[in-house]
Amino acid sequence: MGNVIGIGASPKRKEDQRFLTGRGNYVSDIKRPGMTAGVFVRSPHGHAILRSIDKSAALASPGVIAVLTGEDAAADKLGSLPCGWGITDAKGVPMKEPPFPMLAQGKVRFVGDMVAFVVAETPAQASAAAELLTVDYEVLPSVVGVLEAVRPGAPQLFDDVPNNICCDWELGDKAAVETAFRKAAHVAKLSLVNNRLIGNPMEPRAAIAEYEPGTDRFTLWTTSQFPHVVRFLMGALVLNIPQHKLRVVAPDVGGGFGVKQFHYGEEAVITWAAKRVMRPIKWVASRSEGYVSDRHGRDHVTEAELALDETGKFLAFRVNTLANMGGYLSTFGPNIPTNLYGPLLGGVYTTPAIYCNVKVVFTNTVPVDAYRGAGRPEATFVLERIVDVAASEMGIDRVEIRRRNMIPKEAYPYQTPVLVQYDSGDPMGCLDGALVAADVKNFGIRKAESARRGKFRGLGYSTYVEACGLAPSRFAGRLGARGGLYESATVRVHPTGQVTVMIGTHNHGQGHETTFAQIVSEKLGVAFDNVDIVFGDTDRVQFGMGTYGSRSLVVGGAALSKATDKVVAKGKKIAAHLLEAAEVDIQFEAGKFSVAGTDRMKTFEEIAGAAYVPHDYPLEVLEPGLEEQAYYDPVNFTYPGGCHIAEVEIDPETGTVTLVNYTAVDDVGTVINPMIVEGQLHGGIVQGVGQALYENAVYDEGSGQLLSGSLMDYCMPRADHMPMMKIATHSTLCTHTPMGVKGCGEVGTIGSPAAVINAVVDALSHLGVTHVDMPATPNRIWRLLQNASLPVAAE
Amino acid sequence: MQISFTLNGRPTIVDVEPATLVAELLREQLNLTGTHIGCDTSQCGACVVHLDGLPVKSCTLLAPALDGATLLTIEGLQGAPGSNRLHPMQEAFREHHGLQCGFCTPGMLMTAVALATERPDLTEADVRHGLEGNICRCTGYQNIVVSVMAGAAAMNAARGE
Repeated sequence: MGNVIGIGASPKRKEDQRFLTGRGNYVSDIKRPGMTAGVFVRSPHGHAILRSIDKSAALASPGVIAVLTGEDAAADKLGSLPCGWGITDAKGVPMKEPPFPMLAQGKVRFVGDMVAFVVAETPAQASAAAELLTVDYEVLPSVVGVLEAVRPGAPQLFDDVPNNICCDWELGDKAAVETAFRKAAHVAKLSLVNNRLIGNPMEPRAAIAEYEPGTDRFTLWTTSQFPHVVRFLMGALVLNIPQHKLRVVAPDVGGGFGVKQFHYGEEAVITWAAKRVMRPIKWVASRSEGYVSDRHGRDHVTEAELALDETGKFLAFRVNTLANMGGYLSTFGPNIPTNLYGPLLGGVYTTPAIYCNVKVVFTNTVPVDAYRGAGRPEATFVLERIVDVAASEMGIDRVEIRRRNMIPKEAYPYQTPVLVQYDSGDPMGCLDGALVAADVKNFGIRKAESARRGKFRGLGYSTYVEACGLAPSRFAGRLGARGGLYESATVRVHPTGQVTVMIGTHNHGQGHETTFAQIVSEKLGVAFDNVDIVFGDTDRVQFGMGTYGSRSLVVGGAALSKATDKVVAKGKKIAAHLLEAAEVDIQFEAGKFSVAGTDRMKTFEEIAGAAYVPHDYPLEVLEPGLEEQAYYDPVNFTYPGGCHIAEVEIDPETGTVTLVNYTAVDDVGTVINPMIVEGQLHGGIVQGVGQALYENAVYDEGSGQLLSGSLMDYCMPRADHMPMMKIATHSTLCTHTPMGVKGCGEVGTIGSPAAVINAVVDALSHLGVTHVDMPATPNRIWRLLQNASLPVAAE
Repeated sequence: MQISFTLNGRPTIVDVEPATLVAELLREQLNLTGTHIGCDTSQCGACVVHLDGLPVKSCTLLAPALDGATLLTIEGLQGAPGSNRLHPMQEAFREHHGLQCGFCTPGMLMTAVALATERPDLTEADVRHGLEGNICRCTGYQNIVVSVMAGAAAMNAARGE
């Protein structure tokens, strides 16, 4: 039977048994009878005219069943891959939205752009045939960097997108900012790059598609964070398959981080091809294939200016950013560097005037979209870097300047000048907690000790706030979302009292099967072991927008909470009938329905049984069954926040940066399962550290080749890159979500890059270093040291 | 060609194309899908198995090398089939939340068991260094390191019994 395990406990995870024993069920593990193998032929050029494709040799190759190209897709009148957000410029002019064909038509626009799909009996035969496909390209010059792409004379990706600018977006009161700058006692300026990243979930993307002629139904198994959205976008807008004839299953998925929250062309091609060949088809990406086809993240070039008065109070903040979109608009693409970036530029500070201009730019690179944090790490990095620059230039302590500008706890709810209103928070409390946990007061001793060993030690701070729980649909609609972003949950109580939950979010590492079961266990008084969570199958789950933007608990958990409330409400009606009492007199507590002030009661199991097999039941006023569904749309974003402190040691001989201490104090609202939350923070922080110190997706200008095209060239954080992190929470409750939760999936990635780079700059500040771009690799640091005026010896 | 080897304690004979990788043989021919393929450059370690007691990346080992050898995969780590009891290292990963999405987990466990077998007095630094060939994107490694230390201690305790 087991026990009730509720909110605040850390039971071991329900999902672990299958993963620990090799019994997970990932897409690449699945086999279907008669299954064939699919291989994509991808452009080796960054930019080229697709003159012709000769299929004959490939078709004649052993085992080949079909070779499909963009011409075949056009002949079948298939749609373009849709973009879920339409942003506009300051005058209300919509963004340029060129079509994104699932297989290239007329032109290829990045290395990895899909040119053809080869289906054969075996993967080896498909790969061999793909080599025989003759594609005639007229190679054009590529442009990969945003600065280069907007220059006059740059290669143009689309005939009707002048200067490769998709949208010239702005936010904030430009005039108020200019006025404030004129009055400023000091203006800090900073130019920086937010480096391009590759998400690298450990499971490469994969898909299997099958068509059943007997029922005219399609099934797509795909590595997706949002199977219902894939069904909706692909069925309704790309392949013209009615929703009831299309099942999308995302079973166990090996990490997402945003990379798997888009509708990819591969999904549409394989589903379309499955009907054409009347056989199931499987495609599994190699890691290197993922590098040139998984959507990338970040990639900004930014100029920022902060205006301050003589006491160090922030008067105004002005940010101009060029954001790389890659070769086409991906599902959330244009939303990320605009709506998820500009509104976060206030941070935890009272800056009264903010203006942000973002030019969203096409280049000959993989499309760029959301990657864990998505816009918010970029905003935090700009703000927290320039705060350090200003502090240094004005001779104010870095903690003190933050304190002088922080929003006091009492000032919440706090309306920022950039649309968002924070409902709750206590940035000062997080900062104070982090200062103690990081033992900042003894940093000087540690620095001196490092110096004795010839090393430079530095300390870096980053505060942050993020908007998550995507999303309040009305607000998102005003920003350009083409659909609402609510979430749904169904709570099915079985006749014996056990519970199955069908929920529209997707679990790919976050522990939903455990966390959501805790919510049900607490709310219904049902044993934790008697609750199962079902997700990831459009035939089993009603609908849902999936998992991204730290929304699962905030939006999905709220829907689940609402649905359990409805179960209790119906249970009370049943209990009132069985106990011959008025409904208003029925109380529900700890799994028991009782009549107030009496010892008459029914257990949850008794009510469940009575609901399903009633023989004494007022059928005219009460329906049998105990299953309730709820949809939830948040009224606002949630605003997790916190303070991170990084401590690094730099070896001047080699330029190697070692992260020696890391402390985070985060406000994530109510914590359902502390063990899982801590795990989310660990993982997020290390992804941010990866951006700051190791990871960089690099393209060759001109050829458009991805130089960091494999795990050999793209440095992922390893176990020995990290010290033991110190994690704590300092929670204020969200005022508008049912349980006070704020979300925790992205906070680590948002707070950490600025903390680490601020520490690196601090370690090198005695050499006159004021900024270091990410990643702070040994090469980059060593070069800085060679150019610095001082000899290589610590003070 | 035909090869014969011991797989998770059972004598096994299979016909394979000589160019088949052990990871492919396990996953495609023998339906043991717990061994995962996470990269194509032998970096990620999701495919680690034990060949004659030593950890190897099965994505870079050709199947003919198995002939006459003893192979242990994640599916055999628990011991006799039919038991749902976890190996002490699996139990430690569960106890200390050493996994999230689960994709790197089989390889992590196989590497961890080999580390703990080789060095009963593992330090944190040994574990971090020893996991150099296994990449995890979810956990930030902290709870994996804690799990491996705890699992190694439990394996030691079991040996002492």
